Amino acid sequence: MKKLSADVVVIGGGATGAGVLRDAALRGYATILLDKADLGQGTTGRYHGLLHSGGRYVVSDPHSATECAEENDIITRIQPHCVERTGGLFIVGPDDDPAYAEKFLPAAQATRVPAEEISVAEALRREPRLNPRMQRAFAVQDASVDGWQMVWGAARDAIAHGASVLTYHRVVDIVTDDRRVTAVKAIDEKTGEDVVIDCRFVLNTGGPWAGQIAHLAGCEGVEVVPGRGIMIAMNHRLVNTVVNRCIYPADGDILVPVHTVSIIGTTDVRAVDPDKLEIPRAEVQQMLDAGEVLVPGFRQARAVHAWAGARPLFNDPKAHASDTRHMTRGMSILRHDERDGVHGIISIIGGKLTTYRLMAERMVDAMCEQLGEDRPCVTATTQIDPATAPTYVVTHRLEEREHERSRRAHSHAELPATCDDDHADLDDQVICECELMTRGMITELMAEQPTANFDDLRRQLRLGMGPCQGGFCSMRATGIAVEEKMVDISRATALMRRFLANRWIGLWPIMYGDQVRQTALDNWIFQGMFDLEHLPSDEKEIV
Amino acid sequence: MAHEHDQLNRMTLDHCVKCTICETQCPVARVTPLFPGPKFVGPQAERFRDGESVDMSIDYCSSCGICTQACPQGVKIAEMNTQARAVMKEEHMPLRDRLISQTTLMGAMMNPVAPLANAALGNGLVRSLVQATFKVAKDAPMPPAQKQTLAQWLRKRKPSTTPVTRGSVVFFSGCAGGYFEVETSKKSIEVLEHLGYEVLVPKQGCCGLAQQSNGLFDGARRSVMALCDDLLSAGELTIVSSSGSCTGMLKHEAHTILGIDDERLAKVGTRIRDISELLVELYDAGEFDPSQFRETNVTVPYHQPCQVKSQGMGMPAKTLMQLIPGVVVEESGQPCCGIAGTYGLKAEKYAIAQEVGRPVFEMIRATNENLATCDTETCRWQIRKGSGVNTIHPIELVHHALGLGTIPGI
Repeated sequence: MKKLSADVVVIGGGATGAGVLRDAALRGYATILLDKADLGQGTTGRYHGLLHSGGRYVVSDPHSATECAEENDIITRIQPHCVERTGGLFIVGPDDDPAYAEKFLPAAQATRVPAEEISVAEALRREPRLNPRMQRAFAVQDASVDGWQMVWGAARDAIAHGASVLTYHRVVDIVTDDRRVTAVKAIDEKTGEDVVIDCRFVLNTGGPWAGQIAHLAGCEGVEVVPGRGIMIAMNHRLVNTVVNRCIYPADGDILVPVHTVSIIGTTDVRAVDPDKLEIPRAEVQQMLDAGEVLVPGFRQARAVHAWAGARPLFNDPKAHASDTRHMTRGMSILRHDERDGVHGIISIIGGKLTTYRLMAERMVDAMCEQLGEDRPCVTATTQIDPATAPTYVVTHRLEEREHERSRRAHSHAELPATCDDDHADLDDQVICECELMTRGMITELMAEQPTANFDDLRRQLRLGMGPCQGGFCSMRATGIAVEEKMVDISRATALMRRFLANRWIGLWPIMYGDQVRQTALDNWIFQGMFDLEHLPSDEKEIV
Repeated sequence: MAHEHDQLNRMTLDHCVKCTICETQCPVARVTPLFPGPKFVGPQAERFRDGESVDMSIDYCSSCGICTQACPQGVKIAEMNTQARAVMKEEHMPLRDRLISQTTLMGAMMNPVAPLANAALGNGLVRSLVQATFKVAKDAPMPPAQKQTLAQWLRKRKPSTTPVTRGSVVFFSGCAGGYFEVETSKKSIEVLEHLGYEVLVPKQGCCGLAQQSNGLFDGARRSVMALCDDLLSAGELTIVSSSGSCTGMLKHEAHTILGIDDERLAKVGTRIRDISELLVELYDAGEFDPSQFRETNVTVPYHQPCQVKSQGMGMPAKTLMQLIPGVVVEESGQPCCGIAGTYGLKAEKYAIAQEVGRPVFEMIRATNENLATCDTETCRWQIRKGSGVNTIHPIELVHHALGLGTIPGI
């Protein structure tokens, strides 16, 4: 058994948890983050990538609108690497209620969300594929954000300030003594080892799992409703600007260009278990129909992957229990000393990715208040990515590959213009061709995170997230992992099998059009060439 | 660049399944590491472009179009690449590329001073200066300037006496056929007249293909539309051409790459026939009797240019030549001779173009040291220079077999 100690243990490694870890570390607390899986594997990783301008909430939730506008600005400033300043449009579709659009600009002004009306012609000039029958268009400052980069950025900054991150550590008990939290017990899922962390405080950032975590400390009745939403990534950027329907928030009204794909979202249905989220066919069809309203011809474009995420919605008695869309999007901080008489634990529920930093600030403020300590929050003014760094743009990886090529071409001053033998001469071998990820990128991360599975690598490198969905890159990554002696053959087989099985979860719901042909080819490769299902492997279930 | 056809070509990237067939067929990628390959710069890189250009290496694409033909999924790889390159070159257009794409201008300037022009082109010092100044490779194949243009020949010659039995056609010579490969044009006209056509040759300009492949889309659009007007000026007739690549420009490239949706282009594009294509159509319809060919005992290598392959009409030149008793046609089996219009003229691409063409040159030398056939002008210059073998248009062999003239060495 491993024994550790800390001031604060944060449970849940999504955006909120990483934000809380960083916030507490920057205030000088010795802090450890635990997650039962990888960082950003839950709700944070299963959303559409929108860094809200606030425009979506100007009418329905004015308080959230203002928070989003302010946080959008802060995140773009402190984490430019994970934000692409795409800008956003709110378009009034041909059949949308013009009355809502009438309210939009005054509401934006009242909530301090920058917005301006542009002509339909100008909207079409910016985004030629948009529905030409739209009635009106408003420009806002929506951006897209890579949630995993954001989480890892915050986590790395926290680690640089003395914090620790223990992923794949499942919390099994929160130990209390005289109704005061004294320690957290966890199991290291990779090694099976028990870990006990003595601590003064637990911050529960479990999102949809927060109720289960609170229960471990004896705090009952924390009811978090998982609001399931599905999203579909389309193969390329049908738009380069975030496009929203200018209507009261509803299903399938956002299309976000994130990295190389564009993501349509989302639905909102009450789920029972955040670990078992389905992707119903009817909802897939609903998204495709919604896409047609924004971009005519949407159904002819190629879908590459679908997924479902669970919003953590606090069950507010004021809203109807089945209407998750209109449960509060605002954050709720539960002080368990007042609520349950258990000291040294606070839970946070609700909120949005865009406001993850603000949620962390409020939560750690609440802890400081309970501890009677005055340590001000500095996260809004402390840079994570270099202050001079430009924001991310989609051309980055292509430009990087190009620079590598020209650097190598110049270092071979005598390189003939033609050569027969080694064509790879100018390239660091591209392992994932869809996402232009190189051998160097994957071997470096494998060396840093030797127990990572391929999905862990994927979230940080985009391995297998393009159109071929692992068809070509997974076998290359597997070969490299073995060649570099990172894993033995048995684990390599299990890793590849698990990675492809996980890709398949997001493939079967969208088996139509071009992606069927890809899947057929991939299937021939894996069943026909590798007989993947029958390869010998000791590890049935790997983590 | 945001016209509808960009979007349509771009949408085809969705069909890519990463099979890599295009990469295995690309004649450039297999000889140089400087070109990342059609799949890389096409359906892959396009997902990262956002209407911007950050990958200069796309300029090593020769626009031969083999990738689009090879793709079993229907990805318009070459079209996408040509459009992306035009965006890239908007800010980096070398003066050289503006000059060498002015094919009509080159011909018109060189022709009146043919001996001087030929002396200059043959002079190593002059060519070295040109290479240093304009980055046109000093060893690149250049056409010999002719003393007489096609227009001058047409004005001076006696009108044909063959009775007109098949009506009128318009002949489209292409710039090279008007100024440099004048022999091919003359013989094409004579064959058509021999078959009973009245051949009308209206004044005509450039198709704009060289401008298009150099990314000068506006100029190319102006050129091709002016040409359409020229070719329609004689009436809405069948148009016949012995200029392989220019025919492809009118048939499909101006529409799919430049995005021109104009009734005049549609009229020209649907009426134009490659001359071999026309003759094979006549033969298939029983309207051309091959027994009129004289026996011609020759084994002749034939290289079908990339831009003729992309017209999707099979290999009519081979079919046609094989109708001649005694003729054995050996295909080069190669995708491209390397020149790809103006690509192989450029100093930085000359060595690549020669390497691409090497298997063609070797095959031709091994098959017949005296005679080869190929449908496109710039390819013939490249093959003549690279192989040292006299290379003619297939119609010239037909002209010989019809007894309208004699080709030395047969």
